[in-house]
Amino acid sequence: MAFIIALTIWAVGWWINGRLANGPRSDSRAISLLIPIIFGVTIIAMWEVLVTMLGVSPIILPPPSSIAVRFASEIPILWADFEQTILKGAMTGYVVGMIAAFGVALLADRSEFLTKGILPVGAFMAALPIVGTAPIFVKWLGSDWQSKAAVVGVMVFFPILVNTVAGLKDTSVMQRDLMRTYGAGYWPTLFKLRLPAALPFMFNGLKIATTLALIGAIVAEFFGSPTVGMGFRISTSVGQLALDMVWAEIVVAALAGSAFYGVMALIEKRATFWHPSQRS
Amino acid sequence: MNIRGIIPALVVVGVIFAIWTAAVIPMNAHLTADQAQRDGLVMTPEAPRDRQDFTGLTLAIKNPAIIPLTYTLTRPRLPSPHQVAIEMYETIFTKAPTSRRSLVYHGWVTLSATLLGFVIGTTLGVLLAVGIVYNRTMDKSVMPWAITSQTIPILALAPMIIVMLGAIGIQGLLPKSIISAYLSFFPVVVGMVKGLRSPDGMQLDLLRTYSANANQGFWKLRLPASMPYLFASLKIGISAALVGAIVGELPTGARAGFGARMLVGDQYGQPMVTWAALFGAAITAALLVAILSWIERRTLTRMGMGATA
Repeated sequence: MAFIIALTIWAVGWWINGRLANGPRSDSRAISLLIPIIFGVTIIAMWEVLVTMLGVSPIILPPPSSIAVRFASEIPILWADFEQTILKGAMTGYVVGMIAAFGVALLADRSEFLTKGILPVGAFMAALPIVGTAPIFVKWLGSDWQSKAAVVGVMVFFPILVNTVAGLKDTSVMQRDLMRTYGAGYWPTLFKLRLPAALPFMFNGLKIATTLALIGAIVAEFFGSPTVGMGFRISTSVGQLALDMVWAEIVVAALAGSAFYGVMALIEKRATFWHPSQRS
Repeated sequence: MNIRGIIPALVVVGVIFAIWTAAVIPMNAHLTADQAQRDGLVMTPEAPRDRQDFTGLTLAIKNPAIIPLTYTLTRPRLPSPHQVAIEMYETIFTKAPTSRRSLVYHGWVTLSATLLGFVIGTTLGVLLAVGIVYNRTMDKSVMPWAITSQTIPILALAPMIIVMLGAIGIQGLLPKSIISAYLSFFPVVVGMVKGLRSPDGMQLDLLRTYSANANQGFWKLRLPASMPYLFASLKIGISAALVGAIVGELPTGARAGFGARMLVGDQYGQPMVTWAALFGAAITAALLVAILSWIERRTLTRMGMGATA
């Protein structure tokens, strides 16, 4: 019975989406937004029906409705965790890592030799499981948000560095010659030509780093934290088998991640409005 | 890569190691001073409490005798590079690979979960990408979610997956592999969709003039054209899969694997174990990416796309 209802929900959702996607106005903004929403609602409805009707134990998979109830009733705790992990840990680390990466990129940019050295090493470091340094930073800086900020700082440093260094190289000889005919020295060339040309690359790195920042801040809390924070709440709630609370934290993490990325994408749009990728 | 291209990278690595080696002195100065005092050396200032007021660097300058000793602590705050190298040599080469004290053993535990998950995630990712490219409804419904998933920290799901699967009796390799699989899944979907769509209108039209059917269009044009994109995503996917397997070992108190070693070293105050596991994981990640790059180069060269690699 449960499977029949779930299949019916799926069929209805898919049929609506099929009509919308193959319809005449499928590329309009509203429809492009509506289709994934219908898809998401379909999945959640099937999840709810299957879990409640089959009597799946809430310690395996809680139904979406109980996650929503838990989310609504625990907003003060969720907010405190959000503040500790995202605002203090992830944001501080992100800003510090970003400033450090920009600084090193500008230094490296002054010498051809350093640029050649930093690009491969940075790309290599960016592929490493840096989140594993969390226990070391927790030992050094204590279990509060400072150690999380340090992990996040190191994690976001390399992708931002590599993209910035690559971006600063992305001007043509013709453009640099033009600046020289204007009599522009290093600094005017940097601010008027090379930094603006590097912006699309830099934002690429900054957008990659948003997800890394949240991952670093949450996972580092698995290695030790005060009694507040999203990673702390996830690991203790898993221990208490309160999976609806874990899902509520994951909802917060997903919202925070999308919002963070969205904000960076918005700033990018404002800052690089002249770039072909933004003018379509 | 030619020799002249390697030199700048080596210099940068050398500078990083030099900074690390220099940082050992101030980082370990307080611990070393306490130890030296217990062994009968005279420290300035005498009381350990007063020493806390100094930074590690000033303490080392005031007591130059402790500087060489900072490199020989058994439980340092920051081990020096040679200490980590010795620990790694001993746990990799002098222990039997089946021993619990061998890093090779723990590495294999993590690596097997990573590879299994990577294969599952990649296969499903490629299949979904094909579905997305050929089915408009799927494209419009699933693709936005696949893109959004890149912006959210799905790694946070890891502890719950372990417990969820544990509750229905699945333990060991598979839960970690599932975490690895879903972490490598999304980059592959996004990259592969981009790749399968990379042939332009001219090339698709050419196939139509040959009266090629959809099947031939896929095998002879879309799939070959997607290879550079696929390899780029595979390299992202494999490092994500490794991180997933390591994090999957943390919350359940797994007894084997890189993640377990990091946790053990952390909890039992054996920093060398943590550092060796960290470097072991880094070397594993580097090897995996290097192997994929090598396959990428070989494949693309044979396909006549070597210049773009």
